[in-house]
Amino acid sequence: MRKMPRVPDEKGYFGIFGGKYIPETLMPAVRELIAAYKSVCKKSSFKKTLKHYLTEYAGRVTPLYFAEKLTAKLGGGKIYMKREDLLHTGAHKINNTLGQALLAVEMGKKRLIAETGAGQHGVATATVAALFGLKCEVYMGTEDMKRQRLNVFRMKLLGTKVIPVSSGSCTLKDAMNEAIRDWVTNVRDTFYVIGSVAGPHPYPLMVRDFQAVIGIEAKRQIAKKEKRLPTYLVACVGGGSNAMGLFYPFYNDKKVSFIGVEAAGEGAKTDHHAIALGKGKVGILHGSKSFILEDADGQIKLAHSISAGLDYPGVGPEHSYYKETGRAEYVSVTDAEALAGVKLLSETEGIIPALESAHAVYYLKKLAKKTKKKDIIIMCLSGRGDKDIDIISENM
Amino acid sequence: MNRIESTFKKLRKAGKKAFIPYITAGDPDIATTKKIVCALEKAGADIIELGIPFSDPLADGPTIQKAIERSLKAGCTVKKVLDMVKQLRKMTHVPFVFMTYYNIVFNYGLKRFVRDTVSAGADGIIVPDLPMEEAGELIGIADREDFCVIQLSAPTTPPDRFKKIAKASRGFIYYVSLTGVTGMRKDLGTKLPGEIKKLKKMTRKPVCVGFGISNSAQAGKIASLSDGAIVGSALIKVIERGLNQKNVLAGKVEAFIRPIANAVHKV
Repeated sequence: MRKMPRVPDEKGYFGIFGGKYIPETLMPAVRELIAAYKSVCKKSSFKKTLKHYLTEYAGRVTPLYFAEKLTAKLGGGKIYMKREDLLHTGAHKINNTLGQALLAVEMGKKRLIAETGAGQHGVATATVAALFGLKCEVYMGTEDMKRQRLNVFRMKLLGTKVIPVSSGSCTLKDAMNEAIRDWVTNVRDTFYVIGSVAGPHPYPLMVRDFQAVIGIEAKRQIAKKEKRLPTYLVACVGGGSNAMGLFYPFYNDKKVSFIGVEAAGEGAKTDHHAIALGKGKVGILHGSKSFILEDADGQIKLAHSISAGLDYPGVGPEHSYYKETGRAEYVSVTDAEALAGVKLLSETEGIIPALESAHAVYYLKKLAKKTKKKDIIIMCLSGRGDKDIDIISENM
Repeated sequence: MNRIESTFKKLRKAGKKAFIPYITAGDPDIATTKKIVCALEKAGADIIELGIPFSDPLADGPTIQKAIERSLKAGCTVKKVLDMVKQLRKMTHVPFVFMTYYNIVFNYGLKRFVRDTVSAGADGIIVPDLPMEEAGELIGIADREDFCVIQLSAPTTPPDRFKKIAKASRGFIYYVSLTGVTGMRKDLGTKLPGEIKKLKKMTRKPVCVGFGISNSAQAGKIASLSDGAIVGSALIKVIERGLNQKNVLAGKVEAFIRPIANAVHKV
């Protein structure tokens, strides 16, 4: 692989974005984490163990599937899907939790905590906690617990305690506040497993590295199948981990266009959306500087999306950097369009996507009109739709 | 001289310690906050910490979270807090220290925030999500305006790092008594006295202790070891209990605070 961009810098900045905006109590823990990650990620024994679990336990390598029927139906470029939905626990989240849990074990931490929106990251954390014999508690907004009941039960079955969060909007942002409060309180023995490329340095870097396996595999697979690079990479963006995992290994391939799909909720022109990059301002939330949704006084606005995983008023700092430097383009898709995306993929390919991924699916329809037959599109199918069946059936 | 620094100078000369209460500005509304501030001064507050509400206060426990929610619901804004300080400054010389999260300051604009804050009559700021590494720009601006950026230190802070924090901090150093969020605690931990003694040997700047202090006995004990005691959540609880009798709230606050202030000043 060619040389990657030198972001973040030593202080955790991607241009003006990123940093470590956290209470002093956490600073020594974060410094310890930076040092541990730096030394551990280079160790061949760590790499070998992680690879073992990714392969034998999570089910990597995931297929790069040529969606022939969908391609024919949409009439544009060739569509490939990176099948992260086929992984153990049903989404890309396990790539990251395996990495972080192994790091926690290396650091001698006995307890994992996590925040979760859709519950996918919570389930993925609960899973690795069970696997490695660690205690685990997951913070989840009460609103999300209602709409993702199945995942709440899965976590409990895996031996994790799910802690309901009923402050603010009772969704992902509030769960993250509460997880940080727990971390501040139990910092000495607890490892905070952040689920996206967000939070203070080194999380955006670390999660990107653990998710980059998506793009690294896709690059190798497309070279084998098509003997050339893709024209477009498409992925949904909430915090942005599956998108970053796909994009990052192609960073230096300037001819490859990146498209991140944000959740437009009830519409970009309404007050009910989660378009942090497209409509937000630069601010500080959950430990880093990035685009966020806020009011004129700097109060964080409530995001809205039918998909709990995208229902977040911020975004990972590296995405803000990609937007500012023009490396990636960010678009948005509404709740109704995402539901149409679920239907489209289910009917044409026999794959029920997660509501999050369905945002990217629907965007393919818009993109098809701009593409030529010889273009190649790789979309990250980040998760499967089983967890969303209740919401999908209610809305169809 | 900055009012916080001159207050500590005076207290030291008199051999006294500082009592610093915290309230969230605009809880339950700006008019009541004004009355509470006056009551706090009357009861013996040496410095008053005023929280500017932020929607996502990740260093605060449930009591202060609720106070912030009440304040925001009542329509509190940065501008309203600044206007309130301007009016209060005509009545009192007690130093005001803002406590808020970095997004509020960043969104307002660092330079503009410091300028407007100083001209309103506030004297310093505590930003719990702005560690030393990220605070350089704000400190640079604040120094030019004789405005104190008060840094926090925690039980997890190693000694060499504490020295750097003490050097960067102006006004006083805010020592967080425990690993956790704000809120009352039954016990303050047996290690705390030793910790404070160690810190006091490393700096000549005042060290004030906050988080978890809820009664006269605790406040007196803390003050005997340090340069001042900060009381927040316990005071907010008094406000919370008196929400349906706003007209007598200030009196209740004064009655609650006076013995705590006395305990600190007796040391």
